Amino acid sequence: MRVTINGEAREINASSVDALLRELEYEGTHFAIALNYDVLPKSRWAETPINSGDEIEIITPRQGG
Amino acid sequence: MLNFYGKTFSSRLLIGSALYPSPAIMQGAIRASGANIVTVSLRREAAGGKTGDAFWSLIRELDVSVLPNTAGCRSVKEAVTTAKLARELFGTPWIKLEVIADNDTLQPDVVGLVEAAGILIKDGFEVFPYCTEDLGVAMRLVDAGCKVVMPWAAPIGSAKGITNRDALKLLRDRLPDITLVVDAGLGAPSHAAHALELGYDAVLLNTAIAKAADPIAMANAFRLGVEAGRTAYEAGLMEARDFASPSTPVIGTPFWHAVS
Repeated sequence: MRVTINGEAREINASSVDALLRELEYEGTHFAIALNYDVLPKSRWAETPINSGDEIEIITPRQGG
Repeated sequence: MLNFYGKTFSSRLLIGSALYPSPAIMQGAIRASGANIVTVSLRREAAGGKTGDAFWSLIRELDVSVLPNTAGCRSVKEAVTTAKLARELFGTPWIKLEVIADNDTLQPDVVGLVEAAGILIKDGFEVFPYCTEDLGVAMRLVDAGCKVVMPWAAPIGSAKGITNRDALKLLRDRLPDITLVVDAGLGAPSHAAHALELGYDAVLLNTAIAKAADPIAMANAFRLGVEAGRTAYEAGLMEARDFASPSTPVIGTPFWHAVS
């Protein structure tokens, strides 16, 4: 299905957030996720389905002022 | 002691973590500054999650409190979502709230800022709003529940120092119970000292340290400037006056005689 990940249109197979992270080969431990502008706590990544057209932001700590 | 939402800190310098020539110099500068609080941001992760992990481990080694920002957010919706992501990621209710109106000046969108602050405070956040020196805006932020207000001295990264001293002084006089931080536009330790001399509780710095020829030495210089300014404020500065007043005693001046 087609979704938007970090502002880019992508074709994915995963049907849950957890599976999406595996599909995209995310290996880090410190990131947060927003699904359609709602923050998704880590505890809900496994159970949360992804639907066609969803907007997903995968965010990590960075330098800031 | 500096007080942010009931927590006290010994250093009155908050430091940013961006723009340093290397991670080692960033750590060295943060340590030399004596800061207890470091600002960080959130960005999209494109490298499998490892870029963020590497940066985060550098910050964790410093044993400091982190103040996440919403830098780059152009709308209330973006800022509120970014704040919530920061809470999830860093496990803190603190947020340095930025809503930007104009890309060239990074002028805060003060209307959006007040709205976003109200939303976040109702949601349990402790908001550090980056704003202009406008008293009306600061009062609206306080009405919304902000215990901290962070006006700019000049545009972010401009190094101009305090460009509107009277307005900043008015904020201090009118908001005596609010923790006030000069957040942006400082370029030299003397600028930081000036802010503290005006009675500001702290300054937040990044570019002036990170972009110095020797950031670690400059961090130390800013630490001293902040200490000097605060010490001077507590000591009580004399008022300026329009005419000279001799410091050397007049009585007993050799060859002195009254001019009729």
